[in-house]
Amino acid sequence: MTHRKSLHTIFLYAAVLLFMVLTLAPLFWLFVMSVSDPVALTSKPLQWWPEHLDFSRYEKLLSYKEGGVSEKFLRALQNSLYVSVAATTISMAAAIPAAYSFSRYAGRQGVLYGTVALYMLPSVAFVLPMYLILSSLGMLNNASSLIIVYCTILLPFTTWMLKNNFDQVPLEIEQAACIDGASLLDVIGRITLPLALPALGATALFAFLMAWDEFFYALLYTNDIRAKTLPVTIADFAAGRATDYGLISAVGILASIPPVMIGLLLQRTLVSGLTAGGTKG
Amino acid sequence: MVGFVDHKRGQAWGLLTPMLLIMVGVTAWPLVRTIWLSLTSATIGGDPAQWVGLDNYLEAIVNKDFQKSLGRTLYFTVVSVGLELVFGLMVGLMLNQPFKGRAVARALLVLPWALPTVVNAMMWRLIDAPEYGALNGLLFQSGLIDEYRSWLGDPSIAIEMVILADVWKNYPFVALIVLAALQTVPEDLYEAARLDGAGPWTRFLNVTIPGIFGPLSVAVVLRTIEAFKMFDIVYVMTKGGPADTTKPVSFVVYHEAFSYLRIGSAAAYAILMAFLSACLIAAYVFLLRKQERRA
Repeated sequence: MTHRKSLHTIFLYAAVLLFMVLTLAPLFWLFVMSVSDPVALTSKPLQWWPEHLDFSRYEKLLSYKEGGVSEKFLRALQNSLYVSVAATTISMAAAIPAAYSFSRYAGRQGVLYGTVALYMLPSVAFVLPMYLILSSLGMLNNASSLIIVYCTILLPFTTWMLKNNFDQVPLEIEQAACIDGASLLDVIGRITLPLALPALGATALFAFLMAWDEFFYALLYTNDIRAKTLPVTIADFAAGRATDYGLISAVGILASIPPVMIGLLLQRTLVSGLTAGGTKG
Repeated sequence: MVGFVDHKRGQAWGLLTPMLLIMVGVTAWPLVRTIWLSLTSATIGGDPAQWVGLDNYLEAIVNKDFQKSLGRTLYFTVVSVGLELVFGLMVGLMLNQPFKGRAVARALLVLPWALPTVVNAMMWRLIDAPEYGALNGLLFQSGLIDEYRSWLGDPSIAIEMVILADVWKNYPFVALIVLAALQTVPEDLYEAARLDGAGPWTRFLNVTIPGIFGPLSVAVVLRTIEAFKMFDIVYVMTKGGPADTTKPVSFVVYHEAFSYLRIGSAAAYAILMAFLSACLIAAYVFLLRKQERRA
């Protein structure tokens, strides 16, 4: 019995080790590429660790210089931040009352599920008419247009996730406040929202991640540094033939820092968001 | 009392209004508009659109390029999601066992999931690069291949390389859901099964699987919906090549509209794709409602 048990333990640790290596190896290589000089990356046999760490790409990307790669990168970072934060804010503002309505008033389930279903449809089903409209209004290549478009992705998701969380806020406290004569907005603002505060935070972070990751609309609706977001800029960098591998890798690492931080922060609440459809890709 | 009920209904709809306005404006209306466009000969910058009835659909259905890309998309979806299910289950079960460093291992699971899709695609494109690239380096230096290969440039294997990149990033999603679901399976069920003389495999099939079936099926359907829509990963890794062997349905719409500027037929392809997605979404909503009722 103990023999079998120790065999089981050895097998478990071997599996864990394999899992860790397979998870970390590609990420590790991404980092190594970003700090190796181009010669080391094209050497054969391949050099798995550079002789000296070369952080010059990070420096090049982060110090603003007009016309350089840093301008492309930093402007994209700025656009991504602007679009993601604004789209998250707007969709939270519209989702909070909607989620409260779905959670506290019987009926309208068809509207709820219809909304969820609509947003899971592929973007190609919506992209063409909006392209024509934005084009006729002269609003293509405009970060603000992206904000409105992103609400279609974020809003159903935030509504659904918040509804599930409001369902868990006990009704009795609200009813007591109502008897004391508090208005509906008072009840939502002073009782429900503070009680659901952690869920509000998690939902907003999820929404931010989805906006940060969005590629399809951004690819079609933007065409230069005035509006291009990070994913589109990264795709541009990756497509350029002559570009330095290390530079592309450094861009990838920098673009991943915010979502990875948020992902680790969200670890506990991850699953409720995931089952609500909080995934893009 | 009637007044009170009306008042309540008014409140409920009032709270929904901002969301409904946005949804109708930027989702429902464009969808209807896409359907309308699909029945016309609309182009970008060409002749004025004319009503063509179902012509675009009839042409789409017999189009070989569309049929092939549909087959490819289904292949990608089935293989990717299948592997994600298998690895997700295995890793979820593994991380549920007690061992030293479990918290760290669980945190690692979040990394591929949180990595932006485009960064993941770019990373694998560099790993699979033909003249250098880590995959070539690794296989060559360990003696498994004699010469460097062009992984993404080889029509016989390119789509599998895209699947590999997709599975690496997305199986953690399934594993995270499995891991959470496992916490809800009562320990005494395992005890009871053990007392009845059930071995590990029987316990897995009769206690674990039924216990996590609900969340697991939601995860699989969600992944299927997402995989069917795939665009970003292919755009960055292969641009649909070599020789169109990795070109998914979403690319057919993209090319039709933005390379050939034929909005009308692009809309027909888009609606066909949306219809197929809608079938999967119906399955998702059905499972979700079933779970809601249970909870």
